[in-house]
Amino acid sequence: MSRRGRLILFGTSAGVFGAILVWGLTGLPAFGGFNGEYGQIVNGVAGRERHVTNVVAAIVFDYRGFDTLGEEFILFGAVMGVALLLREARDDRERPRDEVRSDAVRAVGLAMVGPTVVFGLFIVAHGYLTPGGGFQGGIALASALVLLYASGRYRAFRAASPQELVDFTEGIGAGGYAVVGIASLLAGSLYLQNFVGLGTKDTLAAGGTIALLNAATALAVAAGMTLLCHEFLEEVMYPE
Amino acid sequence: MIPLQIVTLALVALGALAVVTTHDPLRQTLVTGLYGLALAVLFVVLQAPDVALSEIVVSSVATPFILLTALAKMQGRRRK
Repeated sequence: MSRRGRLILFGTSAGVFGAILVWGLTGLPAFGGFNGEYGQIVNGVAGRERHVTNVVAAIVFDYRGFDTLGEEFILFGAVMGVALLLREARDDRERPRDEVRSDAVRAVGLAMVGPTVVFGLFIVAHGYLTPGGGFQGGIALASALVLLYASGRYRAFRAASPQELVDFTEGIGAGGYAVVGIASLLAGSLYLQNFVGLGTKDTLAAGGTIALLNAATALAVAAGMTLLCHEFLEEVMYPE
Repeated sequence: MIPLQIVTLALVALGALAVVTTHDPLRQTLVTGLYGLALAVLFVVLQAPDVALSEIVVSSVATPFILLTALAKMQGRRRK
């Protein structure tokens, strides 16, 4: 296509697209305006009904707990797909000696491992009280392990996350979520309905099944992310 | 809009521009991480701390890790 033709094509489509975009933007509510009635209602009742202060957690792990089950299995399926494609029977192979030699990177990185673990655990444990939860905390925990590799040595990273343990935790996390739902069926309520005691408001012992599902998600995400790192790093570490 | 929101929105726009104008993939990975952090600040300013935390862990841990390992693998191949 000639340069002239391209310019005409671009000019026309950009003009039409821009006009429709501006038309759509003028119909938006004002900046900061919020008309979500569902959100207002949940904000009003979640604290009373579920004894948790982070309404997001109440929605994710309770009112919309079934959606999160789906998301949990999307993640599980993605991680299993990576493992299926990339994992080979290579455990008998000698692990490469890959060490970081810069003292500054080692010192700063390794010093961050402990705080990152504590931060991850804090985010997970307080998931239904303050912002955060199993997903965010889970990745923070996995990133503490990756820091071991990024600022230390590959062997230490693998030793800190034995493959059997990671696989097992991934299964327990994803399966545990579904099992909590089955337990609520056995207890005579609906699937994933909150059936254990709601506990004391504003404490870690609050929320009933929200706390259990939060923990299951943390296990699944932390193990899933670690498993992903194992498989990806093996691809880099063992050049074919 | 309060000034803080305007400043963070401008930072996000600048960050996005920096990502698309960086051509070296390795640098782009790092710039993308910084852009994610700017987005996280915007989410905090807009009072969505849960989303901000997710953005931080995804943009500063998960995405760079996957991109960097892919780049390392490609470079290993090229060297042969």
